[in-house]
Amino acid sequence: MTAMTDTQSDQGFHPSQLIYDTRYRSITIQIIALICVLAGFGWLINNAVTNLAAAGQDFNFDFLGNVAGYDINQKIIDYDSQMTHGRATLVGLLNTLLVAVLGCITCTVIGVTMGVLRLSNNWIVQKLATVYVEGFRNVPVLLWIVLTMGVMIKLPPDPRAFRSGDASMILWDSVAITNRGVYVPRIIYEAGSSIVVGVLILSIIGIFAFRRLARKRQEATGAILPVFWVSLGLLFIPVIIAQFVMGSPVSLQNPYFRGFNFTDGVHLRNSLIALWLALSLYTGAFVAENVRAGILAVSKGQTEAAAALGIRPRRIMNLVVLPQAMRVIVPPMISNYLNLTKNSSLALAIGYMDLTGTLGNITRNQTGREMECVLLLMGIYLILSLGISSLGNLYNNSVKLKER
Amino acid sequence: MSDTHANSIAFVRDTELPPAPPPVAETGVIRWMRENLFSSVLNAVLTVLSLLVIFMVLRGMIPWFWNSTWNANSLSECREMGSGACFAVIRERWPQFFFGFYPNTEYWRPVLTFFLLFPAIAPVLFNRVPKQALLFSMLYPFIGYWLIWGGSLGGPVGTLLGVVAAYLVYRVLVQHSTVLALLAGVAVLIIWMLFLNDFVIGQLSNLFGPGLEQVDSRMIGGFLLTMILGIVSISLALPIGILLALGRQSDLLIIKAICIGFIEFIRGVPLITLLFVANVLLSYFLPPDTTFDLVLRVIILITMFASAYLAEVIRGGLAALPRGQYEAADSLGLDYWQAIRLIILPQALKISIPGIVNVFIGVYKDTTLVSIISMYDPLGVVQPILSDADWNGILWELYGFVALFFFISCYSMSQYSRYLENKLRTDHR
Repeated sequence: MTAMTDTQSDQGFHPSQLIYDTRYRSITIQIIALICVLAGFGWLINNAVTNLAAAGQDFNFDFLGNVAGYDINQKIIDYDSQMTHGRATLVGLLNTLLVAVLGCITCTVIGVTMGVLRLSNNWIVQKLATVYVEGFRNVPVLLWIVLTMGVMIKLPPDPRAFRSGDASMILWDSVAITNRGVYVPRIIYEAGSSIVVGVLILSIIGIFAFRRLARKRQEATGAILPVFWVSLGLLFIPVIIAQFVMGSPVSLQNPYFRGFNFTDGVHLRNSLIALWLALSLYTGAFVAENVRAGILAVSKGQTEAAAALGIRPRRIMNLVVLPQAMRVIVPPMISNYLNLTKNSSLALAIGYMDLTGTLGNITRNQTGREMECVLLLMGIYLILSLGISSLGNLYNNSVKLKER
Repeated sequence: MSDTHANSIAFVRDTELPPAPPPVAETGVIRWMRENLFSSVLNAVLTVLSLLVIFMVLRGMIPWFWNSTWNANSLSECREMGSGACFAVIRERWPQFFFGFYPNTEYWRPVLTFFLLFPAIAPVLFNRVPKQALLFSMLYPFIGYWLIWGGSLGGPVGTLLGVVAAYLVYRVLVQHSTVLALLAGVAVLIIWMLFLNDFVIGQLSNLFGPGLEQVDSRMIGGFLLTMILGIVSISLALPIGILLALGRQSDLLIIKAICIGFIEFIRGVPLITLLFVANVLLSYFLPPDTTFDLVLRVIILITMFASAYLAEVIRGGLAALPRGQYEAADSLGLDYWQAIRLIILPQALKISIPGIVNVFIGVYKDTTLVSIISMYDPLGVVQPILSDADWNGILWELYGFVALFFFISCYSMSQYSRYLENKLRTDHR
């Protein structure tokens, strides 16, 4: 074969080699493919230009500077209807991020619990966890979202019921669940609160430093420091002391009933609660399966070997099983978080004003700039997804098996 | 020895004792309960909590089902007749749940299509069915299209003739060169579709007569729409997904880059934005005056979506194959496509079956998103019922019914994948 191609190359280049010579054929194929793809894109863009011109439209993003003229009821930053479409988009993006972060935290908690319960040796608990996982996995997430929204509107009492005493607030009068949403206490920062917050941040840094020290110490000497209790103490004790010394600058203000509705708390709309709950329960079922698979993937020999060395059961879990299971669990967890973030776009169905609800729906319909809005929407989601997956990959690289 | 001991020991047993039954706590139900329900304090607490949860759920559900009403014209009538569930709404609206707004004299058509689906997919799913049955599977898309959308038989037959012509060209040329034959086949198909199709269909329509009543795409809804979107997109996405996965694994840099770009783009955006594209944007990207059926537009976008996810799953299968398999194929002197077809794909697909079925289930569930662009899939059908004055305020019955349908179909699909995994497992464990 080599001899043959050698003689051919001696005779100089012949066009038929572009097809029959394996050295050139791949280049030919690639160039043809590239031309086809470019031609396809050119055709699409050409069509778009023709169609936009025929409709008397142009392609620019100036509309983002225009007055939006619509209200957004759930917002993290200041916004009113006189602000621009760009600001509305930003509010929507923050709402998407809010529900994504909340959802990722709760779905992890639910998923890990259910995954462990599915492996429990308690028959009835195991069966209940299986029912949860199969039930939520096999029904569309959109159905869970609209159903949760329906329940949130239908089941909790009307705010008026709190006045007449038919309903009462829970958690020592701090949280009110009504059919208009959930009211939770607002955190109030008075003078000196920056010191308390500063202490909190310092103690979190301290916890990480201590964990690192404990790990180094364990690797060097084998002695295990009580990480959990020290972390817990570091988290709470300095903050409580600071709060006490400064004269309680950080306080909670409970919502209370006045007139026809609750005031002074933070109002979480039904749509936010429904979306958060439905997404966490749905994604939690997938997380549970991944956690279960991860723990099962650690071979029984590892547990037995650890037991033979005389390690206690809890330490077997922490030192032998979990570090190995994490390598299996982390990659699918990243895609679960990604899916949750993308599924949060279904907020549109229940009127939660996330990115899709603002830019993808109201702004799009009001300005009539469908092309710009949808492309911008896709672009933002794309950046968001790529960001999440690269963060996840960074973490994955830190836990994955270091092969030498 | 025996003599002395006979006198010195008070008692010697010389017969065997009958075997005693094990202690009560170590047998049957009690043992099972001790091991599985009350093995530790924590487990006992969990058991009691679980029993409490089950009790609460049953206490709510059993009277709800027991006192349900099936015969009523509105929710208020229901509430008068019984305190439980009001299934009368499903009784009244079931045609919409199943067929959308399909003309009610023509319900036999989607039903027949549905039942023909089983013989059509049987040869693909089970290998005991004779291979000749595949012919029917190939004809099925045309039959199904004709039955559901109606019109003259000429349309599907004309298109079928085009496909047959392309296949014949391929068969004639395949002896000379596979690539050439493939290209020629595709070229024949394109030429047929662009220039000959309309003429042939016109002629055939005159021949066959008007045929079935034509049904507009807007009329199709309910579970029928879910099935159409799911099955068509999934079947189209599988070959595209395989090609994308091969492209992503290939050494050809430009092709690899194109495939990676496509896959990562589709996987990075939510499906709902792709449906926006189908709904409003696609018409901008096509030549002026092209009108496209909305169902077809949605199918195209869902196919793209599914194929990107399938590509990633199949890539996993390809990567999991040991390198020796590729090298063995090379050393046998197979060319790229032979190696892929005969050695790589059969093994890679087998490895990726669970993932493929998961993608199928995901896409099938995600077809509900079309209700957001106002198509009447089962969730889209629920909306008008909720805003109907007669049924205002009903919740669990409607969503429960839709959820049950999805649960049954998705759960059986996942069970099938488990069966397939076991059937195809050829290593001896």
